Order: sequence, then structure tokens, then C-alpha cells
Amino acid sequence: MAAPVAIVIGCSAGGLTALEILFSGLLPILPQPIAVCCHTGSATVDLMCELLARHASMPVVEARERAPLEAGVIHVAPSGYHLLVEPSRRFSLSVDERVSYARPSIDVLFESAAEAYRDTLIGVLLTGANSDGAEGLARIRRNGGLAIVQDPADAESPAMPMAALDIAGTDHCLPLAAIAPLLNRLCLP
Amino acid sequence: MNKPAGPVRTTDTALEDIEVELFVRALKLRHGYDFSQYAPASLKRRVLQLVQSQQSGTVSTLTTRLLHEPGFLPVVLEGLSVPVSEMFRDPDVFLALREQVFPVLASYPQINIWQAGCAHGQEVYSLAILLEEAGLYERTQIYATDFNESALRHAQEGIYPAREAQLWSRNYQAAGGRHSLADYYSARYELIKLDQRLRRHVTFANHNLVADEVFCEAHLVLCRNVLIYFSDPLQDRTLALFRDSLVRGGFLCLGTRESLDFSPAAADFTPVNAPLRIYRLGSRTTGVD
Ligand SMILES: C[S@@+](CC[C@H](N)C(=O)[O-])C[C@H]1O[C@@H](n2cnc3c(N)ncnc32)[C@H](O)[C@@H]1O
Repeated sequence: MAAPVAIVIGCSAGGLTALEILFSGLLPILPQPIAVCCHTGSATVDLMCELLARHASMPVVEARERAPLEAGVIHVAPSGYHLLVEPSRRFSLSVDERVSYARPSIDVLFESAAEAYRDTLIGVLLTGANSDGAEGLARIRRNGGLAIVQDPADAESPAMPMAALDIAGTDHCLPLAAIAPLLNRLCLP
Repeated sequence: MNKPAGPVRTTDTALEDIEVELFVRALKLRHGYDFSQYAPASLKRRVLQLVQSQQSGTVSTLTTRLLHEPGFLPVVLEGLSVPVSEMFRDPDVFLALREQVFPVLASYPQINIWQAGCAHGQEVYSLAILLEEAGLYERTQIYATDFNESALRHAQEGIYPAREAQLWSRNYQAAGGRHSLADYYSARYELIKLDQRLRRHVTFANHNLVADEVFCEAHLVLCRNVLIYFSDPLQDRTLALFRDSLVRGGFLCLGTRESLDFSPAAADFTPVNAPLRIYRLGSRTTGVD
């Protein structure tokens, strides 16, 4: 892949804790924007952003439609909407039908980001109890981007990483603790 | 001698982009429906879904059918429209309409409300119930519009799957409902049908926000989760249309994740309840009126 320009992350069951661990290991100087899709049952992601911000060394905000992906900022998909990255590299939202029971859906975020960033995108798929994200990760790889999947043996819920390995394959399959150091290495200029 | 240039090499997604662009052109040239200013990523997603549901194989096959099959247009429009909705979706918004907007509307002898992008009518019936409970419905006229003809028919019928009723009842209570939602529908088999008396002051009409003009003088425009599908110029056009439709001091209510902030129209409106996206026509500097 070319030098990474953006990072997308997906997770569901067990995702909050996994994200906390991941973000606490990321260097504050990473120049890439990060977009996260995490299935939650709650009506808003306010609390999730707040909790994640305690562990992250960069700002954590809810992604807003029409807003550009900002360098060094973690953008979280709002609850109840699909989050997409437009070719202009700005966010859009949709209330289209749920995709594999989920809205926001990781596939929707990954597939659209794969088109916007092509071979400069890194996709990270963590713990989760369904197969959302696998198609999206496959699309990222087909477009020349790089895939990182949490080792299912290390994941609180292994179904999601397993489905991804099955359908998309991966460039790296690692325990959670090793993912932040890898991202730091890949992403620093 | 130069060799003739081969076709430009494309990945599968680049080829799809070309096909989608041709599809959008065909839809416009052949049928006059212009989707060129929709947000491209979400539009492409729905076009590809249409390919799947129609088992077309490629977008180009859809394009061919669009050009040659007279009956295919409604199928395409239905596929590109997203008539996904709920009764009292975001109950806080309906509570705020009841508490912050209705008291002002009550001062008008005749109240006109335009609901743009009404999908299957869930929000139309929600509004009618709220107005009824506020004692305002007898002097209200609701214009419920959409460009999706089959969604409009559905909206007129007011029939929905019964499994939705539980969520909608909770929403209704959270929106400050005075009764039980069940008082407003009858249930049969797996379906519920909304009381058709709620429709007595509703006019359903086909109106395309891309192409059609102002048609009424409104005291409240409710358009939620439609602008998210539009790119900047179309959002701006639509917001200007709303501004021109509203009486001075009239209200605009958008989806809770939509925002005026990126649009020139922001200057024309004053927030009434910013988090819930309720605005009033009248500039910040001069104030309302
Ligand atoms: C997601 S629904 C919103 C339903 C409801 N307002 C809500 O928030 O629950 C979007 C609706 O906008 C309609 N729509 C999309 N483009 C339109 C256009 N150009 N003119 C009129 N309606 C449009 C679609 O047909 C669909 O019914």
C-alpha cells in the first residue's frame, strides 16, 4: 500500500474496552484521521465519546455529516445512522435499512472509505459477535488498502474477526496489544 | 508508429463509478429525474443494491432497462428513495414541537404545515396526533410530499407492520402523548392501520425537492433525514426553498443529525432549539420580526 492517509476501525460486542486499549496505545502525533463504527445499543454516542476520550491522546467526537475527516481526530459514527465517507473525503450519513441488523454498519463505512482512500486506507476490525465488516475489509484490500484483524483467540467475541479472516483475509492478524504499536509504526511519516 | 492506446485500466470500483455516472445521466436524459446532486457514496450504494435486488449483474444492465422498458422507472425511483421512517422518531423533537412551537402556531387562525420527504407517512400521522391533542388540528392543513409515488400511496393507506407498534408506542409516550397510541390505530393480523380520521386535514402530493418550486405559505416546515442524502448545492437549494415557503417567524425542523451550519441559509434562521434542529425564520442580527 501507499503511505496511509486515513484509518477506519470497526467493532461490536466488547468493542468499547478494545477501543480504550487501542487508543491508549496510539501516539498523539499521528497525522491520519480515524473513523470508528462501533455497534452500541444506546440512543447516542455522547457517553462513548466521553469514555474513549479519557483513554485517547487525541480528541474523540461524533462524526457530523458534511464535515471533513480531520487529521488527528477520532470520529465516531452516530447511533442510528450509517456513516459514509464521500469521494470529497467528507462524511455523509444515511438512514437506509439496517445492514446485517446494524445501523451504523461497519461494511458501509469501510466500503465507502475504501473508495475515497483506495490504497491509502488502513482498516482495523476488532472483537464482535456478528460478521459485519468482513465485506468492507475485503473491499479495502481489493482497492489496495491494508487490513488488520484482531486475533480471534484474543478477542472477547471472536465471530467478527473470524468472519473477516474467512471472507477478506488480512495483512496482519494480531492480539489487541500489538495493534497500536503497528499502527504507530505504519502511520508516522 | 504509435500503438493505439488500450482501454484505461480500471479497478472494479472505478468501473462501477463510470457505470453509475452513466446510469444517473440516463435517468436524467430519459426521464428527467436528476440525481446528480445526491451524495455520491450513498447514492452508489443504493444503485448497487438495485443491481442486486433486480438480479441485474451490472449497473449497465439497469441502465439499458431504464432506457428501453417503460415500466421500469417506478422500480428505480422506489429503489433510490429510502422510505425508512418511524412514528415519533426522536421523541424529544416531537416533545419540543409540542412545547416550543405549537404555542406560537396557536396564534395563527389557519396553520399550514409542509412535511417534505414524508416516506410512508409515519411522521404525518405523528404530527396529526400531536396537533389533535393540542386542540389545533381543526385549523391545520398538512401538505405531505415526497417524490416517491408508491411511498405516497403507502402513506395514504397508513398501514404498517404490527411489530413496529411497541417501539412507536414508547416513542409516543416519550413525546408527551396524552393517551395510548393504540387509541389511534386498529390492529388486525400482523398489521396496524392508523385511524383515517387523522388524514382529514392532510393533502398528499408528489413534489420533487430537486426540481419543483414553492407551492404554499407554511408556518412550519418539517423535513427530517432527507437533506443527509443531498450534496452541498442541493442542500442549499432545498433550504432556500424552505425559506421562501415560510412565513416570517415560521419554523423549520430538520433531522437531529442534519445541520444548517455549512449552508448560506444559516444566516436566515435563528435557532429555537439547536440540539433538536428547530429553527425560526428571521436573521440573528435583526431578531425574529
Ligand atoms: C429517510 S426518509 C425520511 C422519512 C422521515 N422524514 C423520517 O425522518 O423518518 C427520506 C425520504 O425522502 C424522500 N426524498 C428523497 N429525495 C427526495 C426529493 N428529491 N424530493 C422529495 N422527496 C425526496 C425519499 O423518497 C424518502 O421517502
